[in-house]
Amino acid sequence: MPIDPSLAGRTFPPTDPYEVTGERVAEFAAATGTPWSDGDPAPVTFPIVVAFSAMQQLMSDPTVGIELRHVVHGEQRFAYRRPVRLGDRLVAELTVDSLRQIGGADIIGTSSALTDADGQLVCTAKAVLVHKAGA
Amino acid sequence: MAGAGEALAAGASLPTYRYAVTRADLVRYAGASGDRNPIHWSDRVATSVGLPGVIAHGMYTLALAARAVDTWAGAPGRVRELGAKFTRPVVVPDDDEGTTVVVAGTVKRVEDTDEGRLVIVAMTVTCGDEKVLGMPTATFLATPEAADPLG
Repeated sequence: MPIDPSLAGRTFPPTDPYEVTGERVAEFAAATGTPWSDGDPAPVTFPIVVAFSAMQQLMSDPTVGIELRHVVHGEQRFAYRRPVRLGDRLVAELTVDSLRQIGGADIIGTSSALTDADGQLVCTAKAVLVHKAGA
Repeated sequence: MAGAGEALAAGASLPTYRYAVTRADLVRYAGASGDRNPIHWSDRVATSVGLPGVIAHGMYTLALAARAVDTWAGAPGRVRELGAKFTRPVVVPDDDEGTTVVVAGTVKRVEDTDEGRLVIVAMTVTCGDEKVLGMPTATFLATPEAADPLG
């Protein structure tokens, strides 16, 4: 099934709030070998955890037509307004910025805005997903 | 090479860091990140989709690059931008040594802003002889001491 061409420009509903706890940050820091002590900001790439749930929302939407096992992460960029801190409650809202086809693959450009409990922007996570349909 | 007591200026080479990556790291990262795609832990699945074997999550490699950036910045929480393309897989063998990712960086330019000095870094991230990230770049806010070592 080809990807719905009207996908570009679509914004998905915000994810459920993600509570940034010491336990979750410590686990992520340990897994990436990042030096971390309680009270430090979260590691630089930690926001991917929240952005990833927004991406999963896109990839599991049956109306979109993406087959999860054919998706490769092509590119990732983060722009930070401030570091992620313990106690943050973050939601991610994903917008499909672009959709194009190159050599039988769908190249899906997305950006997820991560906001805190006050609705303030913390970080923008831009991901390019490469979908090789029917591969 | 730029280091303690030297200004971060355009053209400065930053210290190179080497990070070991084993299968155990990937399993831990799968749990911590929520990305449980089996190409990062199952040789059977990885080879079935045409990969040479289990590969590291692209985001794992980017997290290693971020570790280097934090070290260059001298303190956590100072990174303003980070990004890269995932151009080549990092294949992680099923043994105790795993593989090694090497992160090198050069200061591309600096920008003095109201907030302080922003340092824009171009990185080279390699595994074996191959670059595994495309155009990895980072921007961090220099500590006041690093921006002006003579005070």
